[in-house]
Amino acid sequence: MTATGKPAAAASLRGGPRRGRVRSGTRRGVPLPLLLPALLGLAFLLLPLLALVVRAPWSTLPDQLTSTEVWQALRLSLLCATCATLVSLVLGVPLAWVLARTDFPGRGLVRALVTLPLVLPPVVGGVALLLALGRNGVVGQWLDDWFGVTLPFTTAGVVVAEAFVAMPFLVISVEGTLRAADPRYEEAATTLGASRFTAFRRVTLPLIAPGVAAGAVLAWARALGEFGATITFAGNFPGRTQTMPLSVYLAMQSNPEAAIALSLVLLAVSIAVLAGLRDRWMTAS
Amino acid sequence: MTTRSARRTRRTLQVAGAGAAALLALSACSSSDSDKDTSSGTSASASPKLSGTVTVFAAASLQGSFETLGKQFEKEHPGTKVTFSFGGSDTLAANITGGAPADVFAAASPKTMAIVTDKGDAAGTPETFVRNQLEIATLPGNPDKVTSLKDLTGPGLKVVLCDKTVPCGAAAQKTLEASKLKLTPVSYEQDVKAALNKVVLKEADAAVVYKTDVKAAGDKVEGVEFPESSSAINDYPITLVKNAPNPAAAKAFIALVRSADGQKVLTSAGFLKP
Amino acid sequence: MTDTDRTTPGPVPGPGGDGGLDARLVVERDAFRLDVTLTAAPGEVLALLGPNGAGKTTALRALAGLVALSDGHLRLDGAELDRTPPESRPVGVVFQDYLLFPHLTALDNVAFGPRCQGASKSAARERAAGWLERMGLAEHANAKPRRLSGGQAQRVALARALATRPRLLLLDEPLAALDARTRLDVRAQLRRHLAEFEAVAVLVTHDPLDAMVLADRLVVIEDGAVVQEGAPSDIARRPRTDYIAQLVGLNLFRGHADGHTVRLGDGPTVDVTVTELLAGDVFVAFPPSAVTLYRERPAGVSARNLWRCEVAGLETHGDLIRADLTGELPLAADLTTVSAAELDLRPGATVWASVKASQTHAYPA
Repeated sequence: MTATGKPAAAASLRGGPRRGRVRSGTRRGVPLPLLLPALLGLAFLLLPLLALVVRAPWSTLPDQLTSTEVWQALRLSLLCATCATLVSLVLGVPLAWVLARTDFPGRGLVRALVTLPLVLPPVVGGVALLLALGRNGVVGQWLDDWFGVTLPFTTAGVVVAEAFVAMPFLVISVEGTLRAADPRYEEAATTLGASRFTAFRRVTLPLIAPGVAAGAVLAWARALGEFGATITFAGNFPGRTQTMPLSVYLAMQSNPEAAIALSLVLLAVSIAVLAGLRDRWMTAS
Repeated sequence: MTTRSARRTRRTLQVAGAGAAALLALSACSSSDSDKDTSSGTSASASPKLSGTVTVFAAASLQGSFETLGKQFEKEHPGTKVTFSFGGSDTLAANITGGAPADVFAAASPKTMAIVTDKGDAAGTPETFVRNQLEIATLPGNPDKVTSLKDLTGPGLKVVLCDKTVPCGAAAQKTLEASKLKLTPVSYEQDVKAALNKVVLKEADAAVVYKTDVKAAGDKVEGVEFPESSSAINDYPITLVKNAPNPAAAKAFIALVRSADGQKVLTSAGFLKP
Repeated sequence: MTDTDRTTPGPVPGPGGDGGLDARLVVERDAFRLDVTLTAAPGEVLALLGPNGAGKTTALRALAGLVALSDGHLRLDGAELDRTPPESRPVGVVFQDYLLFPHLTALDNVAFGPRCQGASKSAARERAAGWLERMGLAEHANAKPRRLSGGQAQRVALARALATRPRLLLLDEPLAALDARTRLDVRAQLRRHLAEFEAVAVLVTHDPLDAMVLADRLVVIEDGAVVQEGAPSDIARRPRTDYIAQLVGLNLFRGHADGHTVRLGDGPTVDVTVTELLAGDVFVAFPPSAVTLYRERPAGVSARNLWRCEVAGLETHGDLIRADLTGELPLAADLTTVSAAELDLRPGATVWASVKASQTHAYPA
């Protein structure tokens, strides 16, 4: 990406499978009315990040980052985002399958409800989670009475909050892939003696793997940056529920330089993980 | 050749048009309130006739009392309008140093006020107009029988504090240190309202918050005063902002806050006199 | 990764139950109604032939259990299958575009069925390798489907269907996805494999040649109903609908016979003289090549079986030219390029068409 400069970067930003790697013909033909807004859009997205890098307190950065709290928060963030992604996968993929492959009254409504956490302000999501799963919540009081489980103020609570916000991304992505996939492969599998579940597991799931992976990455990224629902539902305690975004927000109150330093760490880790995963999938398929 | 250059011109125009449209869309979205200052020039009466809008940036804990005072101010000075921006003191301070058009800044701690004064954005020296004291908020009826700060350190009790970076958290920390108590909360909340809400929602058993917050929450929580709170009483400073768009009205508003009338409103909300 | 949800073994044939297929398939959907009765003995290859939309594929899917029956019954080797879910039916399907699982190798595609039936991974693979060997695909065992040619993919699909040891093999347009050259080879191979298959095979096709070559018996379906069934040669010689007649390339007319004369149609009366001696409703069929065309009314030809027609269209048909005629009798006539040129045939031209009685074939309707 760096060697060939801008055109290559623009090409890789088009996304999608990068099979025909060199297509000079199409590159030459990007119409100006598309190219200019595209470049403006790119600048709009990258400029704030660039400013963060430019204005970062590089001289004091080593000191800012040596505190154990930073690494504690980072470790917790990665752990919770990964767990939330796993939870989303386990619950979200079957949900996507049901939405894509079955027909029941009110399916449109259900699909709309599934996407609700996307538009709900995360803080409201956190309050809603408290009302549902909190110590006094609609379901939470039973969890407490029967199992002695309380989710607020625990690391599990962070995972719940992040999964709540991130799962819709996964469901939407997987459902779209499922709709595009040919359902007759499942039929072929059943004629070979596979139950519908075996057909799903051994045929459909491998076929939609790229879509599931893309959805998981989206969900992971969303979970990693989650702030509002987490701080509202799980609170803020270093090492237990204080993830990077919380730590950045609170540092911003007293020490903006530390906040910028923390953000840079989060950025760097995200870029490394996302870029690494993406390349791996592209070559794998 | 000519057709080609003509086409290119047209294309450039299209692009420029698209860009302009985007800019227009942006500017349309940013609501303009620049036409608020319709300064009528008549100053006939003895005291200078006040007019226009006073913009007050105030700590979130001041919301109820200041809104009452704002209405009173508008009644006393017909033709004026008081608009508020309530929020965390540190955020407001950052807004002001960033050039926000505020007339008055009322902070919840000298430390956050210092952000503004250090940048030279305050006109004159800030003065303390009220003080706020910490109080323990417990569940209604105080089922855990909390009577002192020490009771909060007991096992099995879910306590939330404000984060050390916000004034109520700093004050709580100071109090705990002064009384040599070690308290491990379940969470350090991002602001005092969040801490209080955890008790209102019964997720936490107790929170250390301001007296004013307990009062504002009504019967949803029960307040428990504790003697140690006197070691960390928060001063609330108020100041005129240096580049205030409407300094005359701003000064009048500050005067109202500091007047006997103003103090009555504030103390009824739970604030202490300075 | 053992399959916890392995299929229960297919229904056991009833004691002394007659083997083979015995089905009446009724499927109602929207305005369409399929109602066909199919029977076949073990080892028999049945071809469902019919135009697009006739219901052939629906019938096949009903046999596989992918479409529920609205009415009727389905017995295979004496066992009732109506309510058996597709995964529990001893049925193998070769789909039109094969539907090989793209993420699995040829070997694993074939091993999929045995695995689902509970075989261990190694046993399933061994069985699959055996099938690929029989299909002459041993060296392609580890190829992914997208690296296989059309013919190879078809054989992998066949191996995959056969590897479950079905008692009923279903093939949906098994040759339709192939180009003409491959088709010839694959058809011959498929014929060999079907001949070896000891249970019932049902194939769906709209290509009469595939049906004639591969099947022991044809069932012609139009508009959801069986219009004719029988041995391929019989159907080719004695078509009973325009669709079949067109498929097998015959002129077909229905009429009323009285001795050697058949009176056709309800419009202006046209008589055809035939060699058979019949009475009652009959069909008369003759190939387009039996038709002779004249520009002028021929003098030396008897007036029997001579009709005045008009050329509606011309098209090349292999080495020949096929003339589409309207007029007293709508006919297709084949003639050589040379005769077409000599006759100066062009659309709109008037011609006289004649057919020798000895070249017609009449049979009871």
